[in-house]
Amino acid sequence: MINATAVLPCDVTWDTFVETDAGRNALSCIQCGMCAGTCPYGDAMDYPPRRLIAMWQAGLVDQVIRSQSLLLCVTCYACAAKCPRGIQLTQLLLPLVKALAFEAMPEVPAELQKALMNTLRYGNPMGESPRKRAQWADGAGVPVRVLPLDPKPVDVLWFVECYPSYHPRGIDNARATARVFHRLGVDFGILGPEEKCTGECARLAGEVGLFDALEEQNLKALSRCSFRRLVTTGAHAYDAFKHQYSCRGFARPVDHTVTFLAERLTEVKPLLHKKLNHVVTYHDSCTLGRHNGIFDQPRALLRAIPGVKLVEMVHYREGSLCCGGGGGGMWLDTYYKAKGLERLSERRVREAVAAGADVLAVSCPYEVSRFEDALKVLGYDQRMIVRDVTELLDESMGGMQSL
Amino acid sequence: MNTLVVLRMVPDVVEELVVDASGKALDSQWLRFILNESDEHALEEALLLKEQLGGVVTAAALDAPEVDDALFTAAAKGADRVMKVARPPDGAGAWAQAAIFARLASLSGYDLILTGVQASDELDGSLAPMLAAQMQWPYAGPVVAVRAEPAAREVIVECEVGGGARSEFRAPLPCVLGIQAAEKPPRYVAVSRLRQVMRTTQIAEVDASAEVPAPWVTVSTLRQPEVSARAEMLEGSLEEIAEQLATILAQRGIL
Repeated sequence: MINATAVLPCDVTWDTFVETDAGRNALSCIQCGMCAGTCPYGDAMDYPPRRLIAMWQAGLVDQVIRSQSLLLCVTCYACAAKCPRGIQLTQLLLPLVKALAFEAMPEVPAELQKALMNTLRYGNPMGESPRKRAQWADGAGVPVRVLPLDPKPVDVLWFVECYPSYHPRGIDNARATARVFHRLGVDFGILGPEEKCTGECARLAGEVGLFDALEEQNLKALSRCSFRRLVTTGAHAYDAFKHQYSCRGFARPVDHTVTFLAERLTEVKPLLHKKLNHVVTYHDSCTLGRHNGIFDQPRALLRAIPGVKLVEMVHYREGSLCCGGGGGGMWLDTYYKAKGLERLSERRVREAVAAGADVLAVSCPYEVSRFEDALKVLGYDQRMIVRDVTELLDESMGGMQSL
Repeated sequence: MNTLVVLRMVPDVVEELVVDASGKALDSQWLRFILNESDEHALEEALLLKEQLGGVVTAAALDAPEVDDALFTAAAKGADRVMKVARPPDGAGAWAQAAIFARLASLSGYDLILTGVQASDELDGSLAPMLAAQMQWPYAGPVVAVRAEPAAREVIVECEVGGGARSEFRAPLPCVLGIQAAEKPPRYVAVSRLRQVMRTTQIAEVDASAEVPAPWVTVSTLRQPEVSARAEMLEGSLEEIAEQLATILAQRGIL
C-alpha cells in the first residue's frame, strides 16, 4: 500500500532514478505481476507495469517507449498500491518513462494534443478565454473576492481549477463551494484570470515542459498574493501542490475542499438542515484516495447530511476503480474507443448502479462530466445522478434559496 | 526543395471580438492573435515534403502581436529559418501582403511557396493567387495533397473541387500553392522543445520597404453579425415533446 504521507524526492530524472532509494527499490521487483493484474488497461497494454520494469532492468526500455503502450496508463496508482515491494511506480517510474515516450511519440492523439495546446495558450484544456475564468462567480449568490483585483491578505487562497471554472456542470461545484465557504465564514479569495491549470495531468501524460511552464506561472501569481493556506477543488491540483509545487518552494499548507470541510465538521453539521433522502455511494478518486490516503473525510461529510444513506461499491477505498481521466486519459477517450477499449468510467458507473445507490458522489472535478456521460451512454441517467460532495453539502444547507 | 511558407496572424475568436469606437476596426485592447489555421496546415505540408525530399523550409510572417510564438513554434516543428517582416503597413490587405511576400521571395531562390488557402479574416482566399500573379508563377488551390517530383521540376497536387470530388493537377516548379489541409494533422511540439528553441533560435527581421501599393478599397463599417433566428427548445414529458415536434413538422409541411 502507498504511504500517503511519504514525501517524493524532487528533481529525479531518468538518469538519476536508479541511484535514488526509489530506483534501487525498483530493482528489487520480484515480477509477481500484481501490478499488471490490477492495472485497468493492463490486459490491453504491450508492456503492463511488470513487463515495463523487466524491460527497464534489461536495458530495453526503448522498446517500451516506441510501443506507445503507456498511452493506456491512466496513472491511477493501482499498480503502486498493490506492489508488495512498495515500488513507486505511478509516483516516479511511470512518469519518467511516460515523459520519454511522449517526446518520442510520432503523433500525439488529436484530442490530447488539442487539450495540451489549449492549456499552454489559454491555461485550460477546454480552450476557454482566460479572462472568463472567474465568470462562474457571478451566479454563486455570494461575494467571491478576486485577489489580483483586491489584494488584501486572505486566510484561504482557493485554487478553483479548470473544470469548476468553465465546465457547464463543473461551475455548479464552484458555486456550491463558494456558498459553503461563505456560510462557514471562511475568509477566502481566488486568483481569477491569473490562475492556470496546475498541469498535473499534462505531467503524467508525459508533457513535462508544459507542466513546468504552468507551475512557473502559477507560482508567480501565488507569490503576489498574501494568504495563509491553499484550498483546492481539484483532486489533481491537490496532488500537484502537495508533491510537485512543493519542490519549487511552495510551502503553504494545502487542503482539498473535502479535507478542509471535514476538519470543520462541527461547524458544518449545524448548517445541514435539509433532508436529502438519497442512497449515496462515494467514488474514491485515485489521486485523493490511493495516492494521498483521503478516504474517511469525504465519507464523514456525506454521513453528516440528514437523510443520506451511504453504501459502498464493490471496489472502494484503496481498491477503487479509476474513472479513466488521469494522466491525460481525460482527453484520450476517442483514442481508447478507436482501440475498442471499454471506457473505464462506464465500468465504474455499472458498479455504482449495482451498489443500489441513486447518487454517485465524487470529489474530483473530472468525474462529474465523465460519469454523467457514462450514465447516459449506458442508459442509467434516469436512475442515478452524479454530485460533488460539496454540491450535496450545499443542497442540504439550502442551496441558492437559503442565501 | 527550397520552400517558403507564408504565415498570417489572425484574431483569436476565443476572446469576444469588439468593434472599436471608429466602427471600422476591432478593439485591440483584449484582442489576441493566433496563427491562421490553414497556414498551420501549409507549414505541416512543407515539413512533410521536407521529410520526403530534404531541402530547406523558411517560415515568414508579417510582424504582429504574438507572431514570435508562432515563428518559434514553426522552428520547433522543423522549419529551418524563421523570419518576420518588420514594420508592415497598417491593415495591409491581401494585395499589399502579396507585394511584400513577393519581394521577400525574390530575395531567395524558392522552388515552392505554400500558404493557407484562406484566412479567417480573408475568406476570399486571394493572397496565394495574388502572390503567384506578382511572382508570375502558376497557382493551384485549394490543395489537399502534394507530391513533388523535383527531378521533373514539377508538383502533382490534389485540389478539392466541391461535392466531395478532387482533381489532380501538375504544376511546373516554381509555383504557389494555397493549402486547405495537410495530409496529416499539424504536429504537436512539446513545450520543452519549444522553450529550448526560443532560447537558441533567432527570428530574422527583414525590411518590408517594398513598393506597397496603397489600398484602394478600405473598410467603411465593421459590424457584429445580427441574430436572425433562435433555436427553440421543446420542453415537457417525452409525449409532450413528441406532440410539439409533430405539430411543428406538420405546420412546416414536412409531415
